[in-house]
Amino acid sequence: MQISLIKKTSVAGILVAATLSSAAFAADDYKLGLVTFLSGGAAGPFGVPAKNAADLTIEALNNGTLPAPYSSKGINGRTIVPVYVDEAGGATKQSSEYRSLVERRGVDAVLGYISSGDCLAIPAVAEQLKTLTVLFDCGTPRVFEENSYKYVFRTGPTATMDNVAAARYLKDNFEGLEAVSGINQNYSFGHDSWNDFIGTQQVLNASTKVSTKQFPKIYAGQYGAEISALMVNSSQVIHSSFWGGDMEAFLLQGAARGLFEEQTPLLTTGETAMFRLAEQIPEGTILGGRGPFGVYAPDNALNSWFRKAYTAKFGTPPTYPSYKMVQALLGLKLANEKAAEKVKGKPTQDDVIAAFEYLEYEGPGGTVKMNRGKGHQASMEMVYGRFTNKNGKPAITDVRRYVADCVTPPEGVSSSEWIEQGLKGAKCN
Amino acid sequence: MPGTKKLLLIGGMPLLLLGSWFLPGWLGFLLTIALAKGLVVLGLLLLMRAGLVSFGQGLYYCLGAYTVGALGQYLETSNVLLLLPAALTAGLGVATLLGLLICRYRDIFFAMLSMAFSMILYGVLVKTMTFGSSDGFNVAPPSLFGWAPANDNGPLLTLWLALIITFIAALFVWRYLRSPMGYAAEAVRENEIRVEYLGRSVQRIIYTKYLLAAGHIDPEMAYWTTSGEFVFIALVGGTSHVAAPLLGAILFELLRTYAFEISPYTWQMILGISLLGIILFLPQGVWSLVERYQARLKSS
Amino acid sequence: MKLVIAMLMDGVIYASWLFVIAAGLTLIYGVMKILNMAHGSFYAIGAYSGASLVGIYLAGGNPVWGSYLVLLGAALVIGALVGLMAERGLLRFMYGRDEVVMILVTYGLLLILEDVIKLIWGVEAYSTYQPYTLLGRSKIAGLSFANYDFVLIGVSLLVGFLLWWGLNRTRSGKLLQVVIHDRNTASTQGINVTRMFTVTFVIGAVLGALAGALTAPGISVMPGLGVEVIVLAFAVVVIGGLGSVGGALVGALIVGLARAAAVHIYPDAELFVIYGVMALVLAFRPQGLFAIASARKI
Repeated sequence: MQISLIKKTSVAGILVAATLSSAAFAADDYKLGLVTFLSGGAAGPFGVPAKNAADLTIEALNNGTLPAPYSSKGINGRTIVPVYVDEAGGATKQSSEYRSLVERRGVDAVLGYISSGDCLAIPAVAEQLKTLTVLFDCGTPRVFEENSYKYVFRTGPTATMDNVAAARYLKDNFEGLEAVSGINQNYSFGHDSWNDFIGTQQVLNASTKVSTKQFPKIYAGQYGAEISALMVNSSQVIHSSFWGGDMEAFLLQGAARGLFEEQTPLLTTGETAMFRLAEQIPEGTILGGRGPFGVYAPDNALNSWFRKAYTAKFGTPPTYPSYKMVQALLGLKLANEKAAEKVKGKPTQDDVIAAFEYLEYEGPGGTVKMNRGKGHQASMEMVYGRFTNKNGKPAITDVRRYVADCVTPPEGVSSSEWIEQGLKGAKCN
Repeated sequence: MPGTKKLLLIGGMPLLLLGSWFLPGWLGFLLTIALAKGLVVLGLLLLMRAGLVSFGQGLYYCLGAYTVGALGQYLETSNVLLLLPAALTAGLGVATLLGLLICRYRDIFFAMLSMAFSMILYGVLVKTMTFGSSDGFNVAPPSLFGWAPANDNGPLLTLWLALIITFIAALFVWRYLRSPMGYAAEAVRENEIRVEYLGRSVQRIIYTKYLLAAGHIDPEMAYWTTSGEFVFIALVGGTSHVAAPLLGAILFELLRTYAFEISPYTWQMILGISLLGIILFLPQGVWSLVERYQARLKSS
Repeated sequence: MKLVIAMLMDGVIYASWLFVIAAGLTLIYGVMKILNMAHGSFYAIGAYSGASLVGIYLAGGNPVWGSYLVLLGAALVIGALVGLMAERGLLRFMYGRDEVVMILVTYGLLLILEDVIKLIWGVEAYSTYQPYTLLGRSKIAGLSFANYDFVLIGVSLLVGFLLWWGLNRTRSGKLLQVVIHDRNTASTQGINVTRMFTVTFVIGAVLGALAGALTAPGISVMPGLGVEVIVLAFAVVVIGGLGSVGGALVGALIVGLARAAAVHIYPDAELFVIYGVMALVLAFRPQGLFAIASARKI
């Protein structure tokens, strides 16, 4: 009895699916599945800025108004049609949505994913369905360290370099650093960030002590007790990989209690709050932007176009998730067009993959080199600087740039091994 | 159960398994997930029949998944004949222990206490770096002594397993509900006095302890929202028949997928309105529609 | 010593924040037997209205002290409005349903309100820290605390007192107690239970919105805010005993102090300490600490 019903439902499902998926799409469109957070706590700081950047860039690409070498229309002349999906619901849900995108809605490629959990789960499905997939934002190095994939690329650098560079920055700027403390969210990104940071710190300066390490729940919002703990066990630098609302709440609450008057905060994602909370960020705060993005982006034609267009359209300068989105879109476009050039016609997916591997290109954040993870994982330089608002205008001083090979493990070495082995093979400028 | 119906059921199974070969991959995957969830809700149905609602069913869901995942990693096996019994044992063990404690509670307190335990598991897993903290880890597709059937869209064994196990579990629950024990559960709800038996009812839920389907597991499975989803499904389907949770789970998954598609920005609203609509207009769940239809058939 | 004082202060501040959230939840449960998940949305709506209205107010060049009135006003007016709409527009059609069904009804409401919030306020963050920083800070045993947090303690004591006074010292409060104790008898005695329900729900919603509005200046108001607090509030209410305002106060204190102790002594336990306490309390007091006795149907 129950079985015949299941059958009926599934048949109905197929029928509904068939009608919906046959919606009119011109054959010449490049259908691109775009997955970012549109709800929940990651939507505001990451998901929607990324979506905004995608809207802006896709429109410009389709009109052919980008600076060279991206000035040709669409992708190989095909108009890009985005299909948006909310990244909410967890890895299982996203695996299911990914299948829908590919099999039911027939996208040519999928680009997206902010959550590391999703980035670990999706590649397995992508390989099964043999669909070109570009991860744009998630940071966990595990994706290409634990596996190698044919169809999956990540155009954003891993989170390892955020924290390795953070420790290097401390070495270069804080002489005689005796103690650090940490406050990170109690989930993978928070734990990994802290471990990478403190691991590198102990390699570079073995005598550093840890005053306290706090791991409050993600989205907790109230950090009174943690701030007290940081005050009681004081140190010179407080490391935090908090992002979005949590980072801003911690900044506000810490500043109101004078936490940062004797201790310098090091915020690995702090760049996103730089303009929003300019009045509240303590002078001298060390800010990271998870790569050469935002205020750390180089002065190139692409960046000035992007900054100007984004600010004009959305009323605020773009932050790193927006940069990473543009970078991913441009990489995808370039790989497609390089492949077309090579085969002198419409490239197959395998052609595109071959062109994408070990690709080097310029994005609004500077040079992207797909030279890790067998040509599937990008590496970039990493930048840190200190916040200043002295002239009433938020700015960055004491900027230090670290080349990719200085803050990223060499090919074939996992991040945790690399740090454990004392950053062997790092080439610094 | 009338003979013809039984025959239909037994004959339908191979047909269904065969038919799954031709399902598009996304639907097969969706069905697998829906069946896995339906199975959990089937356990929930037993509790609800006894007037108890658990907001911590995610605990067992997660426990089963992690047992399979951990064994797969350390023993490097993907053999379901090894993994499933292991997951079942783990679930049974924990359920028996917790059942002893929880069976003293009812109503909201039962719901909240079960939630608390589930959240504790969540907390432990998030702290466990070997299991990838909140990111979780991937699980190899299952096999049967190395045999892993697949079509173009991916492995099929999980879907088949889900179908077979769900079928067996549903049959079992169906029989159970018609046993004196099952009626006793109804009685329990009727006068709200707990019977020692509830501890045993919790044990039944361990039939749901598996999730090979997703291929990826993370601590969110023990988070309260996952358990809330199970209760959602139970209400959507209804509790009057063993097939209701399965129907509810499939409908829920389809609804959510299409809500994501139709309105990526406001899909929660679609879910919320559907939930309220069902509670308001179909208080016995979607299954009541089937019952109405059956009643009409009988009367005509 | 410093450590003990820090733990106490942190615990009490956190508890006062929790109590304002939990008070509305427990009140609604006590009277209506609804465990209101949408309370999280009321909290979020309060936070959003508070933050955005204060933003507008300050952009107009008005004095910062007035922003406290704006916060308060926003919570009262918008909380009451949303509560009234939710109760009259939806919940009243569901009365008499199972408690668990009612949880799901309010869960549906929560899902809808989450998206309504997104449609009204968008997803970008609102931060209006001026009311939070205006009051400055003071030192206790060498540790600085924001004075705003002391105000929060005061507000939460005031809320607790007003609820106690309203329930025990006013005529309508006493009538409400009759409703709490036995709904059916109350209505046969001529008490307008429907009106009581509406009023209670609106007060509960206002308290939720108030908690949100008071929290807003110290945080960045973002989507998903409400979902995060709701389980915390549940834990507090269950520990204290569902439906008991005094219980919620004690529950909040227990949770606040336990969490502060964990953060200071053993930070790794922060996430499960709340649920651990909850499981522990329920193991010994199955109905929570101060549950209102209810007759068992036989």
